[in-house]
Amino acid sequence: MKIKFRNILTHIILITVCILSLVPLLWLLSTALKGRSENIFAYPPVFIPQDFTLDNFKEVLKLVPIGRYVINSFIVAFVTVILNVILSALAAYPLARMEFQGKKIAFFSILATIMVPFQTIMLPVYIITLKLHLTDNYSMLAGYLGLILPFAVNAFGIFLLRQAFLTIPKEIEESAVIDGCNSFQIFYKLLLPMIKPQIALLAIFTFIGSWGEFLWPSIVLTDEKLFTLTIGINNLSSAFSADYRLVAAGSIISIVPIIIFFLALQRYFISGTTEGAVKG
Amino acid sequence: MDLKKNLGAYLFLLPAFIVLAVFFFIPFFHTIILSFFDYSKDIYKPDFVFIGNYIELIKSPVFIKTILNTFYFMLLCVPFLVIFPLFLAILINQKIVCKTLYKILIYIPVIISIVVVAIAFKWLYAPEGLLNFFVEKFGLKPIGWLSDPNVSMISVALVTIFKGVGYYMMIYLSALMSIPKDLYEAADVDGAVGLRKHMLVTIPHVMPVIALVSTISSISALKVFVEIYVMTKGGPLNSTKTIVYYIYEKAFENLDLGIASAGAVILLVIVMAFSVLNIFVFERDKYKV
Repeated sequence: MKIKFRNILTHIILITVCILSLVPLLWLLSTALKGRSENIFAYPPVFIPQDFTLDNFKEVLKLVPIGRYVINSFIVAFVTVILNVILSALAAYPLARMEFQGKKIAFFSILATIMVPFQTIMLPVYIITLKLHLTDNYSMLAGYLGLILPFAVNAFGIFLLRQAFLTIPKEIEESAVIDGCNSFQIFYKLLLPMIKPQIALLAIFTFIGSWGEFLWPSIVLTDEKLFTLTIGINNLSSAFSADYRLVAAGSIISIVPIIIFFLALQRYFISGTTEGAVKG
Repeated sequence: MDLKKNLGAYLFLLPAFIVLAVFFFIPFFHTIILSFFDYSKDIYKPDFVFIGNYIELIKSPVFIKTILNTFYFMLLCVPFLVIFPLFLAILINQKIVCKTLYKILIYIPVIISIVVVAIAFKWLYAPEGLLNFFVEKFGLKPIGWLSDPNVSMISVALVTIFKGVGYYMMIYLSALMSIPKDLYEAADVDGAVGLRKHMLVTIPHVMPVIALVSTISSISALKVFVEIYVMTKGGPLNSTKTIVYYIYEKAFENLDLGIASAGAVILLVIVMAFSVLNIFVFERDKYKV
């Protein structure tokens, strides 16, 4: 009897926390679904829209190129993921499995980057990006590259994959050497397929991080054609702050892709966050 | 042979190092150099002032306030983000139904971009918004969530907490799942129940993870920016202006590159203290050569 009571208490607490984690978004959704004739400041508040409508969604899609923002966010996130996987894997391999001169220096200089948050170097990063002409004033491609390249690799990714390479037994490599494989072949054909789970983890967390990134795009972007979702939605929220129905509708549209992405891959999220290292 | 071996390793490292050099090492030293120059009179002809910018910052009441604000924000978030997610993880780690569903729902705020979360909260915090309805229902006066300088930082911290709980809960959960079952059985034999069982078995086992969560949540609290940018712009009366916001404002709005960089170096030193602790004490095994 006592055990049962404790179980019920557990569920009550967890359900409350779940509701709390959803209420801000559900309230936004409810506001987005309320028509012109309904007071969104009604007292007491009404959760289920009385004048139910999808007009706010249609209108916000007409006013703001959200589709464009989604495509931009997707391009940036996708290329960032690809570059992170390739560069991290390449760098992680010698750090885990080769002996060479300067290994310690390489190791510690990568480690040092963990200690320096992007926020403290963003100004010189911007200056360099300008000097390299990697902004949207030059071309779309330059704009994309400017958004992507500063985040093309980071120490967390390198260390995550290095850890993964370290767990593979040495003997596997030795037999490949006897078979006459060179180190790139060993890396590419033999070891890389063995760390697929960690690569998936790196890819997923990089994607989420890039998708939600705000600070850097807010610094470099000037051309609306290149706006990512976070920038576009923030602009929407200041431009239409008088009509929160539209802000709400835009925000809800903007989270649909990432929610689908999350639900499709949820088993990765709820298994290995620790290894996924630290959010940006 | 040796040279060939070295060369191979270098080639593997090269692409990553090019990116790190251009967007990391050079900017790092550039920040330090910039911090010794005064750009406020003429941005094209800066004066070398050595530690002048630092002295100016230390004398500036606004900057001191941003430092105090940042630590206040940290104090509001970190204890909660260290303790509450552990409590949730312990609850979820039991044999209960709907486990996965709970995990998914609690994790949702983590994956949603902070911009949207901040917009959602701004709406909750509206003067006639949902939160004030409940406040009034309890017979209290409506709260100026984002307009009262005494409350605004708490409102910002709530957003950060909202977004962080699920993330830290997952970190704790993977630590809890690694605790050998027989430890609990041994505790059962000793007659320990409920809370005492957790004090005896769980807490000592997850102590390193508690330390880890403390440092990473502290570091991310020191870097807080987007919540503030979207909701308050540092106001009212600078009550939510944090170090990163100050740096951003100086660098990209006032174009006062020297002051911004000196602020950045100060932030860097503070963050480093936490990172060093983390890397060399709490996560030592992960970062061994």
